Amino acid sequence: MKFYELTAHELSGLLRSRKLGVVELTQAYLKRIDEVESVVGSYITVSRAEALKQAEKLQNEFDSGAELPPLAGIPAGIKDNMCTEGIPTTCASKILSDFVPPYNATVVEKLAEQKTVLLGKLNMDEFAMGGSTENSYFKQTRNPWNTERVPGGSSGGSAAAVACGEAVFALGSDTGGSIRQPAAFCGVVGMKPTYGAVSRYGLVAFASSLDQIGPLTKDITDCALVLNAISGHDKMDSTSAPVKHPDYTKALVNDVKGMRIGIPKEYIGEGINEEVKKAILDAAEVYTKLGAICEECTLPVTEYAIPAYYLVSSAEASSNLARFDGIKYGYRAEKYTDLLDLYKQTRSEGFGPEVKRRIMLGTYALSSGYYDAYYKKALQVRTLIRKGFDEAFSKFDLILGPTAPTTAYKIGEKADDPLAMYLGDIYTVSVNIAGLPGLVLPCGFDAEGMPIGLQLIGKPYDESMLLRAGYTFEQNTGYHLSRPQI
Amino acid sequence: MDYEIVMGLEIHAELSTKSKIYCGCSTEFGGEPNTHCCPICVGMPGVLPVLNKSVVEYAVKAGLAMDCNILQFSKQDRKNYFYPDLPKAYQVSQFDLPLCKGGYVEIETGGVRKKVGITRIHIEEDAGKLMHDEWETGTLVDYNRCGVPLIEIVSEPDMRSPEEAKAFVENVKSILEYLEVCDCKMQEGSLRADVNLSVRPVGSTAFGTRTEMKNLNSFRSILRSAENEARRQISEIEDGGRIIQETRRWDDTKGYSYAMRSKEEAHDYRYFPEPDLVPIVVDDEWLGRIRASLPELPAARRERYIREFNLPEYDAALLTSSKRLADFFEDAIKGSSNIKAVSNWIMGEMMRILKEKELEADAVPFPGHYLAQLVSLIDKGTISGTIARKVFEKMFESGKEPGLIVKEEGLEVVNDEGALSAIVRKILDTNPQSVADFKSGKEKAFGFLVGQAMREMKGKADPQTINKLLREELEN
Repeated sequence: MKFYELTAHELSGLLRSRKLGVVELTQAYLKRIDEVESVVGSYITVSRAEALKQAEKLQNEFDSGAELPPLAGIPAGIKDNMCTEGIPTTCASKILSDFVPPYNATVVEKLAEQKTVLLGKLNMDEFAMGGSTENSYFKQTRNPWNTERVPGGSSGGSAAAVACGEAVFALGSDTGGSIRQPAAFCGVVGMKPTYGAVSRYGLVAFASSLDQIGPLTKDITDCALVLNAISGHDKMDSTSAPVKHPDYTKALVNDVKGMRIGIPKEYIGEGINEEVKKAILDAAEVYTKLGAICEECTLPVTEYAIPAYYLVSSAEASSNLARFDGIKYGYRAEKYTDLLDLYKQTRSEGFGPEVKRRIMLGTYALSSGYYDAYYKKALQVRTLIRKGFDEAFSKFDLILGPTAPTTAYKIGEKADDPLAMYLGDIYTVSVNIAGLPGLVLPCGFDAEGMPIGLQLIGKPYDESMLLRAGYTFEQNTGYHLSRPQI
Repeated sequence: MDYEIVMGLEIHAELSTKSKIYCGCSTEFGGEPNTHCCPICVGMPGVLPVLNKSVVEYAVKAGLAMDCNILQFSKQDRKNYFYPDLPKAYQVSQFDLPLCKGGYVEIETGGVRKKVGITRIHIEEDAGKLMHDEWETGTLVDYNRCGVPLIEIVSEPDMRSPEEAKAFVENVKSILEYLEVCDCKMQEGSLRADVNLSVRPVGSTAFGTRTEMKNLNSFRSILRSAENEARRQISEIEDGGRIIQETRRWDDTKGYSYAMRSKEEAHDYRYFPEPDLVPIVVDDEWLGRIRASLPELPAARRERYIREFNLPEYDAALLTSSKRLADFFEDAIKGSSNIKAVSNWIMGEMMRILKEKELEADAVPFPGHYLAQLVSLIDKGTISGTIARKVFEKMFESGKEPGLIVKEEGLEVVNDEGALSAIVRKILDTNPQSVADFKSGKEKAFGFLVGQAMREMKGKADPQTINKLLREELEN
């Protein structure tokens, strides 16, 4: 049996029925990593020894017959921007290449409570800035469906690892599409929960008002299980909402009758690849046939979403990344003349070009004399985008559209054209700007065999609606069962 | 030409909350470097701040005590700049929506009272400290102070002399002490002021160009630096020069100020709303609770002392200027029948000794009612005023009850006429010249003889009895 092709809920069943041991499962995943890592390159750090130690401990718990949580014994990977006590957390940056946190992110603690097995830390664009994982200081992650292509980003390592079975599931972070776009590119399920649903404590901040941690999984059921594990108020994060989360597995119902689905005309107009557009409209057709009501709708300020997003996110990033100054931890330049020079040399050598570009953009946008024209204007657009969604949700239960204008492109194809790269975020950034939940699931392939991802957008804290719609689609199509041959 | 000085102040006060503003670390002063720290206050990657509610309460208390409007919806902002003592490279402060706005503090100088406007009070976090260790090359950083909560109190440019500025800081300090929101230990830096100062020709209504003197942490340096800066600006103008708007640093040992490097002042702080924190909402219920918890403030206490204890305004103002002093006074007068005498002792001997020892009133080693006992010993004639001063000094040394000291040291007044008659006769015998002088009509000689007798008794004789006995002897 190819354990690496199975989902968490399937593996959990095998563990519980004692057909499979935790150590055996962990070893199978470590072996899979050994087999494909040189080609795919999902991991920055594989915490082999810690994983086996944890697996042995859990095996004892299974053997003792203790009641264990649903994800107990499941090997998972997490994006390398979430702090793990004693295990390097690099953000795929030279500046944090030697940083070992003395604390765990809240999500890491929560996965530990669920008794999952941590396999290691996954590759990403440096500080989560990028859409192709080409901005990693360490390595290029490749798309398991076609290794000439990017896995998407910034959670490219997370998506690729789940797609090729280097992890049963993974955690990613999504500031402007960084979970959903790589999930679409790699043919897996990815969810960005509502802003405030999952604690950000211990997630190295890119843009604090947009960042959100979420699951990347092989199917919707796993997505619900992981969401159950990581969501909830955290007293360490003031922006995590004190709301009661439902049991998300209760939403796994194969029924969309009467569900009102809006398809924004701005999302299927100019700029979208025809094959992607067709797959999305076909998906809408599937819903219609199952009894949902699909109608075209409008999200008026979509054209301003990208500039607003890049201003707000870069402004926050310029401040969030200022602490990497070579004084306290991380990389410090070897040669410098004085304090100012220490800062300049350390940051010049420690950050990659995309990160520097965003820091400069954000610093400029916040500078006195420009603040009103850029940052403040972007906040006004943010309000308008929220209003646009509010109006759409007064008529619809959820919004359906593409995740990205294209499928995964070739490595290097857009690397020198940051603007083209930014435009690829057109369908995802609005969701972060408005703080909404977004779910991506596979809905077909293009002529070259690259996966296409369907994006469903919901009302705040209505993840259940998204999961129900996603589950119904999955049960009636089966795209989630395809695995890349690698 | 005559010039008028215009001054506005920014006072930074460290709040005496137990824990820091955004984490659970201790705010205690001192401690080995980097021992009151955690990943949050040293700004490690991924950590998040959580606002300590007491900080809001303390700041609102200060705002209410200074008659400010409390903004029931306010927010926190990031002030961005690079410096090694600022581990996140931004300070969380409040920019356009501070907690408190538009109040005043009343001051009195030269018998004239006036109101100094308060523009705003906002909360923010303190930075760490750089330590230049002479045994090491390079500089070390102590992050213990990072995240200690501060309020910044910004005044209107309402002060017209260094004395008014000093009085303003004194009154703000006194209010904060009464509220028990700041320990106001200026020597430890828990209360420090930035002084904005400009000069203009008397009669002019336009403001001159101002300079800002940073981080003054004593009344003396506030006074001296302001006097010095006013003189500097006036002579600059008189010489046909122009005042440059700049930040200056005062060197209190050398007694002069210098402009800080332009690099340091050319900051663009790029303020923007802190996205890791939610807006601060002080609802009516919370505000009501804070208002109800306000203690009696210095002005009210002063009025009460005048009304209730019949004290002169001068006494009342002095006693209430410090909460510790006023608390001591109230403890002392419990059960005392001579309130004015207690007040005199506090304002006189006690203040003198405290000043000498550089102590605050809470460091007095004996309880207030010991002072009442001392006054009553004098009033009953058990000891003389001179002896009382000695007893008081001994009370400061040992903390013992005055009655016990008097007994232990045998300091009671001797009233026994028999014993005193012998002394008087001895004095008359040994001072024949004075006796002759007195008899020839020189009344002064009588005083000398009394003094001699008192001296013989080491001050312990009742002067009235000595007087009586001497006159009897001399007139017989």
